[in-house]
Amino acid sequence: MARGDHLVISSGDAVQPFNYAVGLHGSKFFHELKENRRIVGIKCPACGKVYTPPRRVCGDCFVENKEWLEVGPQGVIDTFTIVRYAFIDPETGKQKPVPYGYGFIRFDGADTRFQHFVELNEARPIKIGARVEPVFAEERKGTIRDILYFRILD
Amino acid sequence: MAKKRVAVVGTGQTMHKSHRPDVNGQELIHEAVKTALADAELTINDIDAIVIGNMDHFEGINYVDCWSVDGSGGWMKPIIKLTTGGTTGSTLAIGGYHMVASGLFEKVLIIGWEKNSESDTTGAITTAFDPIWDRLVFAGAIAGLAAEGMAYMTEFGITDKDAARVSVRDRKHACNNPYAQLRQEVTLEEVLASPMLSDPIHLLDVCPRTDGACAVIMASEDVAQKICPTPAWVWGTANRHTYTYVGDLNLGEIDSMKYAAAELWKKTGITEPRKQIDVIELYQPYSFAGIIWIEAMGIIPRGKGAEYIWSGATDMGGELPINPSGGVIACNPIGATGLIRCAEACTQIMGKGGARQVPDVNLAVSTGFGGCFWTDILLYGKQKPDF
Amino acid sequence: MENIAIIGIGMIPIKANYKTHNFADMAWETVNAALADAGISIKDVDNVITTSNDFWDGRTISCMAVGDASGVREKNCSCVEGDGTFGAFYGMARILSGSYGTTLVTGHTKGSESISSLITNAAFDPIYERALGPDMISGCAMQARAYMEKHGLTSRQTALVSVKNHGNAKHNPYAQLPMDISVDDVLASEMIADPLRKLDCSPVSDGCCAIILANEEKAKKLCKKPVWVKGAAFTSDAYFLGDRDLADPRSLVAAAKKAYAMAGITDPTKQIDIAEVYDAFSYQELMWLEGLGICEPGQAASLLEKGDFAVNGKLPVNASGGLLSGHPVIAAGLYRIAECVRQLRGEAGAVQKDGAKTAVAQGLNGVAGQSHCVWVLGADK
Repeated sequence: MARGDHLVISSGDAVQPFNYAVGLHGSKFFHELKENRRIVGIKCPACGKVYTPPRRVCGDCFVENKEWLEVGPQGVIDTFTIVRYAFIDPETGKQKPVPYGYGFIRFDGADTRFQHFVELNEARPIKIGARVEPVFAEERKGTIRDILYFRILD
Repeated sequence: MAKKRVAVVGTGQTMHKSHRPDVNGQELIHEAVKTALADAELTINDIDAIVIGNMDHFEGINYVDCWSVDGSGGWMKPIIKLTTGGTTGSTLAIGGYHMVASGLFEKVLIIGWEKNSESDTTGAITTAFDPIWDRLVFAGAIAGLAAEGMAYMTEFGITDKDAARVSVRDRKHACNNPYAQLRQEVTLEEVLASPMLSDPIHLLDVCPRTDGACAVIMASEDVAQKICPTPAWVWGTANRHTYTYVGDLNLGEIDSMKYAAAELWKKTGITEPRKQIDVIELYQPYSFAGIIWIEAMGIIPRGKGAEYIWSGATDMGGELPINPSGGVIACNPIGATGLIRCAEACTQIMGKGGARQVPDVNLAVSTGFGGCFWTDILLYGKQKPDF
Repeated sequence: MENIAIIGIGMIPIKANYKTHNFADMAWETVNAALADAGISIKDVDNVITTSNDFWDGRTISCMAVGDASGVREKNCSCVEGDGTFGAFYGMARILSGSYGTTLVTGHTKGSESISSLITNAAFDPIYERALGPDMISGCAMQARAYMEKHGLTSRQTALVSVKNHGNAKHNPYAQLPMDISVDDVLASEMIADPLRKLDCSPVSDGCCAIILANEEKAKKLCKKPVWVKGAAFTSDAYFLGDRDLADPRSLVAAAKKAYAMAGITDPTKQIDIAEVYDAFSYQELMWLEGLGICEPGQAASLLEKGDFAVNGKLPVNASGGLLSGHPVIAAGLYRIAECVRQLRGEAGAVQKDGAKTAVAQGLNGVAGQSHCVWVLGADK
């Protein structure tokens, strides 16, 4: 049989929409972000690690995090990459615009890293150790997109 | 029932390609199963249970254990699905080990498969990450790996040329492996001149996406040597899913490998892995991992990986060949990839490696990588373990 | 088989929607409930199996969400995709292999976050079936029709399962739908897929359940009231519905036969005191009881009418209220095991079966019960 005889069936535009629960801790984070342009983290009562994004459990200590702290809004790039390849964004079903700066940002006062877009700017090149601050959206809805991207300060 | 020792008695792989429109998923699975049964000289009636896995969203099929039975042979048999992302294949090998070692089943068929051509791989991997926090910016496996490579480069001052040396090695090794998808040698210059995908990763630093399946048959010590005169004995397994959030990682090291390997060496009495182990099939999805992860494994001290690679020690003919098969950079049907590492490591023990055979293999290691920088690791020996 | 015990169970109440909880939040509460029940700490847990499904969770590598909350950081762990009974089986095998003394097994689902019919449609073959729009309900409706036709059963008879189970749920603090309903209420409820009406179908649910398994040595050391695993087995039938006799649950028969052989059960009708079965639809309880050998094929409906399967009957079935009263898909089979444990410990309150010594729990994967996992549990070793 010739190769051309093999058929392929497409699933078409099939999508499976989801409504993901953010949980108590993420909800507080997004409320603070939306209403007060504040970044918050949560501290483990056992090891003292400050988590941003905040979550209920410290994986190291297996205890419940309780103490809320304000962190940032400035921080430092712990590592990064510049994404240059084309791929389909599962959030939109369309090709993601590239290139973009993808940073692991440690807010001042936090111990874990927050992932977000970092500006690509020839005057202030993206690098490990660079200081950054969030650029907030004017209209905020309580999602990760309430931060547009991080601006490099030095 | 007492604990049983376990050996790999047969392996089978499909001819891996970027697209296999000539077969559907069940038929692809069946190709690997048939080959493994022939290798072990068994029939499907000899199989007591099946462990199968892939990553659901690459093909968009729910309940793959149920869907697969026409290809896997699971009709009126126990069949169970394990899935842990990129580690799926190695997770399956560990699963098969426990099923046989438990004494509940004598002969277990283990199947890993993927038809990556049926969806957008990066899009599907992106949905592996947290919908609230990660998906906006995460760009599949390559970007996450790039962040690791960037952190390590910055700390130790290595360059993309050091990493390219790993890619040159694996792509050369792949030419000896009839099953590999990409069998073409490349030069350092070609790797460095290939398009930058995600800094510092070039196109020729990373794995392709592949359609393929792998099947491995494990049997208990009661029957292993009757089935296969030189089976590959499973000496031990270990794994870690150390982190849940990517932002918590120690990027630039790989904690899961560090802890899992240390546990495995301790359990199996390995004190000098570099000297004692004869060959490693490393789940190495990009070239930098060939440097960073063998340090975490305890093969060489941290920061010395690049120097060790340049010495040629990990090439065919070196003191510790890594990826005689060509590894993941030459072939990556994701749900099968970790199990292919197991099959290839065991092929080395059995002495069936043909052009890719490393001489006198007594101890071999296979690993798996996936999820949130997770690690699975298995050790196999020519001798039955005395513990 | 070497003796294996269940030394702890943890459940959170099954609800229509845990809006306030993400998967990790649910897992954290459930795992801590199981640890507290066993009277141990996470340090006593040697390894962890989480059970989840990437389609239901809307996330590839769904297990990633619950790692921290399940205490996996420094432990060996793995993830089963399928019903929790299958996860528990692998958890048990990891103890029997001699590798670990204890295994924590969890299962979670939030049906509330997705459109169930799209999720179960993806269980059908993409080449031959999916475009026709089948889902779990229409697939099972076909099975219901075949089963009822074969044995001459009426919708009035199958409705009685729903009446019994929603009634039982009134005594279960974890149940989602405790209800006083009549057979006429079931027959008056909306027709979903002939012959299944709304009250013949289990609801869409959120839930999480955990159990802790241990070898005999650890069970004796850690636990005052272990419940013992007497037997466990699983088997899959053919995939395409057209390849199967939908009215004959032969893979369940095969799994039960094997589990009973391990447990030394020769006469399940007499030797089993209670059953928690996978009643995703009312007819399924009857069909599965027959598959489990608790009665002859076609006889379950009349025994139900006689009252044999009621809380005060000969062999109470789904005294917890079953899935009809709450169906968090992947966790559902683990809830069945946990409910059996409550009975065997004598902690089932108003629905306690006096002197219950032996229980059977069932979980399944796939459409219309393709693949079944059967557990036989005992109060005594």
